[in-house]
Amino acid sequence: MNLSSKIVLASVAVTFAAGVCAQELTGTLKKIKESGSITIGHRDSSIPFSYYDDKQQVIGYAMDICMKVVDAVRTELKAPGIKVVLNPVTSATRIPLMANGTIDLECGSTTNSIDRQKQVAFTNTHFVTANRFVSKKADNFKTLADLKGKTVVSTAGTTNIKWLTEENAAKGLGMNILTGKDHAEAFLMVETGRASAFFMDDILLASLVAGSKAPSDYVVGAEAYSIEPYGIMMRRDDPAFKKVVDNATATLYKSGAIAPIYAKWFQGKIPPKDINLALAPSPQLARVFANPTDSGDPAVYK
Amino acid sequence: MVDFDFDVIQRSFVYLFREGMTFTLTLTAMAAAGGIILGTLLAMMRLSSYKWLSLPATAYVNLIRSIPLLLVIFWFYFLVPYIGAWIIGSPTPIKVGAFASSVITFTLFEAAYYSEIMRAGIQSISRGQVSAGYAIGLNYWQTMGTIVLPQAFRNMVPILLTQTIILFQDTSLVYVLSLTDFLGAASKVAQRDGRLVEMYIFAALVYFVISFGLSQLVKRLQHKIAIIR
Amino acid sequence: MNYNWNWKVFWDMAADGTGTWGMTLFYGVLWSLATAFCAGVIAFLLGSMLGVMRTTPNKWAVMIGNAYVELFRNIPLLVQLFLWFFVLPELLPKALGTAIKQMPPPWASFVPAVIGLGLFTAARVSEQVKAGIQSLPRGQFMAGTALGLTLPQSYRFVVLPMAFRVILPPLTSETMNLIKNTSVALTIGLLELTAAARSLQEFTFQVFEAFTAATLIYIAVNLGVVTLMRWLEKSVSVPGFIGHVPAGGAH
Repeated sequence: MNLSSKIVLASVAVTFAAGVCAQELTGTLKKIKESGSITIGHRDSSIPFSYYDDKQQVIGYAMDICMKVVDAVRTELKAPGIKVVLNPVTSATRIPLMANGTIDLECGSTTNSIDRQKQVAFTNTHFVTANRFVSKKADNFKTLADLKGKTVVSTAGTTNIKWLTEENAAKGLGMNILTGKDHAEAFLMVETGRASAFFMDDILLASLVAGSKAPSDYVVGAEAYSIEPYGIMMRRDDPAFKKVVDNATATLYKSGAIAPIYAKWFQGKIPPKDINLALAPSPQLARVFANPTDSGDPAVYK
Repeated sequence: MVDFDFDVIQRSFVYLFREGMTFTLTLTAMAAAGGIILGTLLAMMRLSSYKWLSLPATAYVNLIRSIPLLLVIFWFYFLVPYIGAWIIGSPTPIKVGAFASSVITFTLFEAAYYSEIMRAGIQSISRGQVSAGYAIGLNYWQTMGTIVLPQAFRNMVPILLTQTIILFQDTSLVYVLSLTDFLGAASKVAQRDGRLVEMYIFAALVYFVISFGLSQLVKRLQHKIAIIR
Repeated sequence: MNYNWNWKVFWDMAADGTGTWGMTLFYGVLWSLATAFCAGVIAFLLGSMLGVMRTTPNKWAVMIGNAYVELFRNIPLLVQLFLWFFVLPELLPKALGTAIKQMPPPWASFVPAVIGLGLFTAARVSEQVKAGIQSLPRGQFMAGTALGLTLPQSYRFVVLPMAFRVILPPLTSETMNLIKNTSVALTIGLLELTAAARSLQEFTFQVFEAFTAATLIYIAVNLGVVTLMRWLEKSVSVPGFIGHVPAGGAH
């Protein structure tokens, strides 16, 4: 983003801040109080963060964290009757829908990155994952070089597809890059043999493989290409709302109340197929829970 | 021969119809009603002798008819909250849900097509009818409302219904917004269970049966009206 | 309004490093037009054949023609494209299906899009051709027979030349519809104009600039098509019939 836009946005932020006095609500908090509802953007197949179970209810790790945030908002606004409205989003629509006001919080598997912080804001990271690829075991693809000239797929609007496109051009790998509308469609490309590999965050890949028709046919690559910290997304330039959300998540992580929530989704049986991901919190994640951060810089998480 | 599991249709039947088909039908009905009303207004504006009415209406209809429905869907999905905010003077974009955004999109899109149909309908009513209306002391709105529009509408009912069937099929395009209309629901089940063939063939079949059935009804209606005239 | 305008984005490098975003949109238009053209050829040839079949005295030909039209008009275009793209390779013998699925990206989407669009539009073209043939006085067929022409010859020398001229205006709007319908192929991965605008929007978040450009380009293409078809109408019009414009100017 260039300097003049930064100045415009800064002036907007200052105008917002200037309008705030002790009692007066601004921005998202005002919108929530006036409409009596908060709209949460969720995913349809980001297992186990935010997805539909087979009764078409939205469930997930990020959804549980968001419900705690909503409780904090209710307390802050002293309005226990605030309703939760659910709005499905995809990787490609989440940022525009946040910017245009359709959703107030996005609870899914969105990577917090410095680039994205030009458009939206993130609260404290709730998961740390890495970008890998999944392919059919029979094909024996181990490294990026193995995929030279092959057809690969990633999901529209993700940091993964951005990285993939740039890497393909920079290293001259000559890969044909397909775009899936969402993770399920992209994984289907590998399943049906249209693409040789699907690049995505390893936790999502593990869940998709575990839930597929023949999990033993697939293997998630060992190479990790980038670190992806997940954060719950909200509108930028809204310091009052960010404060409430940050406090809610920081309290949740530091107090250890996050532990049973984590265990429920990553170490227990989850719908719809009762699979158990059996994934203990990684050292990076333990550090993030001990010292909550909303940084978009991957180096912070190493 | 690959294993096909047509049971998946039976298992997801309730979901497909309760979530998917109700979305599709509700969207079709609301967009058709809104579109016909707005289309009739647009047709009247185009036929008006005031340039400040006919020019914008003509420009609107020609613009909408030159661009693909998918592009209009994307435009409105991202644009409606900004327009809403601008209209009511709010500092932040207002919240419009996905369903509301689709209804607005399809209403505004189909209005352009319905307006062409209604324009043909209004023009098919002889000028003598309008003159007769003025002769017995009715003003413009009364003439249109009690004499011209009812006849125009009746003449155009088969074509309006055909356009509505096309609208019913076009609602499948909300797939690109990952909304759960009938095709969206079928896709979700197909992708989740890996049953592409079964679900897409079933979806094609359902759309075919409904569209074909409705177009046969329209044909019968056309026969009835033809005989009466 | 909290939106960050940046009209210069068309001159920025595209994410895949192969050129500017402006070039991405340009290639998008080319793909749209190429798809429309190839599908149009299929639609015109097949549609004309079906239209003729539906007007012959042969009951079977009429039934087949009608069945085709009903089938392809009552299933949404999007569903038809899915059937060609997703379902067909699974129904074919494994080797052939896999070969189809392994086709490299532009062609993997282009071929099903052309086939799907072509067959869909053929149904509509056949309606127009049938209407055109039926709008001619029946005396034309009888005159052909009286001259000793067989039925195919009557079609070829007497009926079809006039029928095609009559339906040029509706065919113009069919062509415009065809170009607009190429946008539906974005769902099966074809990077035509709307898809290119969408990818521009996804990578740079410049929603309005991207879609404004796409809108203007579609309008320009439509104007081009309308002008082309009007020129075609004028150049093939027959003296003495409605719509003819004499070369020397008006009387």
